[in-house]
Order: sequence, then structure tokens, then C-alpha cells
Amino acid sequence: MAIEANGKTFETDEEGYLTNLAEWEPAVADAMAAEDDLPLTDEHWEILNFLREYYEEYQIAPAVRVLTKAVGKRLGKEKGNSKYLYALFPYGPGKQACRFAGLPKPTGCI
Amino acid sequence: MSILHTVNKSPFEKSSMDSCLAYANEGSAVLMYEDGIYGAIKGTAVADKISASSGVKFYVLGPDLKARGVAEDKVVDGIEIVDYAKFVSLAAENDKVQAWV
Amino acid sequence: MSEQIKKFMYVNRRAPYGTIYAWESLEVVLIGAAFDQDVSLAFIDDGVYQLIKGQDTAEVEMKNFSPTYQALGDYDVTKLFVEKESLEERGLTLEDLMPLTYEDEDDDWAEKDSIRLVSRAELADIMDEQDVFFSF
Repeated sequence: MAIEANGKTFETDEEGYLTNLAEWEPAVADAMAAEDDLPLTDEHWEILNFLREYYEEYQIAPAVRVLTKAVGKRLGKEKGNSKYLYALFPYGPGKQACRFAGLPKPTGCI
Repeated sequence: MSILHTVNKSPFEKSSMDSCLAYANEGSAVLMYEDGIYGAIKGTAVADKISASSGVKFYVLGPDLKARGVAEDKVVDGIEIVDYAKFVSLAAENDKVQAWV
Repeated sequence: MSEQIKKFMYVNRRAPYGTIYAWESLEVVLIGAAFDQDVSLAFIDDGVYQLIKGQDTAEVEMKNFSPTYQALGDYDVTKLFVEKESLEERGLTLEDLMPLTYEDEDDDWAEKDSIRLVSRAELADIMDEQDVFFSF
């Protein structure tokens, strides 16, 4: 599978996650979001950037409950809850947001 | 007839390093790489055996030391830290290679 | 999920990059953390090598997963038992290991050390108290 963004082709796995995480650029997130009919706002980007920083630091995509807790600590309680995160990413802040952010599927997500 | 012995297993898990040391005669070379590099750390029973092996030249692969977080100052004195190019030239310089896998 | 909390211990006895065991163990720990059990990790024999600080795998072109141990606290995995004798036999001390910490929810989020240096005899007693082992 593959996705087109910014005039380039990016290889993805059978679930739509980038095969080569190093290739990621913001246009990839926009292209994936467009396929899901979900225009990305600043609120989405705040979470995507947070996920990329988390991956950079720990080399893993966090589980949803870990993401929720970490977001709450960094971005405030009103954002660190699953209601807020699922409203932004209806297919799951773990699976969908990690995919947009160019991360692998979170460890432990089925 | 010089032999290059290579060891890529941890000396604390497998007997590869012990066998290698038992077979390494004077004039031969021993290169530790991958998990074999743990044999090059100072202050262990393996380090004592290396220091007691007279006439054998010891080498350890730098990139594998770095990957495993073993600082150069933890390496037994007298063991030469080498890169991949030197690994290749060691294999070429010696008549044959015995890999203690 | 389950009525009773069990004591799970992951026993790590392999060096990090020569085989896949260390990374597999870490992944299972992170997945298993969702089950709210009383989890601890033991690092004995070559397993102590997993925690050496300053790992840099750029030249060997492998994934450096040592930063992931820092995330264990976020997953409420806060008990990492490192066996003293295994360290000593390998020419290592606690100073050679990554400092790993967690924030204690029950103590005003105070930062605490996750690594607990224990003797072989102490770890044997701790193992006696466990319900289940996962061996890597």
C-alpha cells in the first residue's frame, strides 16, 4: 500500500502505517487525514506533535492510557482525558493519531 | 600460519570465548564483536584470562562497544579498538579465520 | 478484568542486541502493563547489560531501544530488580546503568528510583513471593 503526499509516494503497511518512519513529513498526516475525512486543526497537531516527541524520546508509540496521562500532565487536565482525545481522533487517539504522526501502531493495540 | 579467531557471543552465556582462548596460540589474533565485546570489559574473570594470554593480540569492534554502551575506558588495557575496515583487513592479513560462533 | 491481583515477574537474562529476547521482553511488559497486575522486572546474568547507559546503535544500524526503559514508569512498571552479583561478575556497578525513575502517585508525584540493587539471596526471596514468571 502507499499514500501520495506533497507530490511523493510513501509506502505504508496493510493497516496504513508508514513503513519507513524516517520518511514522515507533515503533508503525510494531512493526506492520511483527508482519506479519513478529518481535516486537521491546531488541536490535532498539538497531539500529533506530542506523539512525535514522545516517540523521539522513548522509541515507542504510547498506549492510549499512557498518552492520556502524559497529555494531561503536559497540556492540561482538560485535554488529558479520553473524551477530548476521541473527539479529535474518532478512530482512536492510539491507532489513528499514531498513524497520522508517522509512528508505528501502539504496542498492545489490536 | 597465523589464525584470526573471532568471538561474537557473550563469555558469560556461552563457552565460545573460553574455547577460543584455549586454542589461541602465540602469534594469533582474537577479535571480539557483537555480544563478544562484553569479554573486553575490565575487572572480570574473562579479562584476567585475556591478560594472561601471552603472545596473542586482542581486538574489539568499536561500533559494537558503542551500541552496547561500553565506554572505551572500560576496555582492558592492551585490547585494540577497531572499526569495520580493520576487521576486514585483519581477516585478509591472517592466513585463516576461525569463528567461535 | 480479574478478581485478584497477581505478582508477575519478568526475568531478563539476555544481552540487548545479539538476540531479540531483550526487546521482546520489553514489548511484552508494555502490553502486559494494561492488565493492572503487580509487575516487577528482574535483571540477572547477561540481562544486566540491557540497562547500561550511553547505548548508541547508529553504527550497527539497529534500533536503540534503551530509551524505552525510561517509559516504564509511565506504564506503572516501577520495580526493576538488578542483581548485584551479576553486575560485579561483569565488571559493572550501578554507576554504569541508566538512571530510571518513576513518579509516585501516592507520594505527591515525587520522583523515585525504579532500579533496586539486590543481592542474589535477596532476589531469590523476592522470586519466592511471585505468582507467575515470564522468562526471557
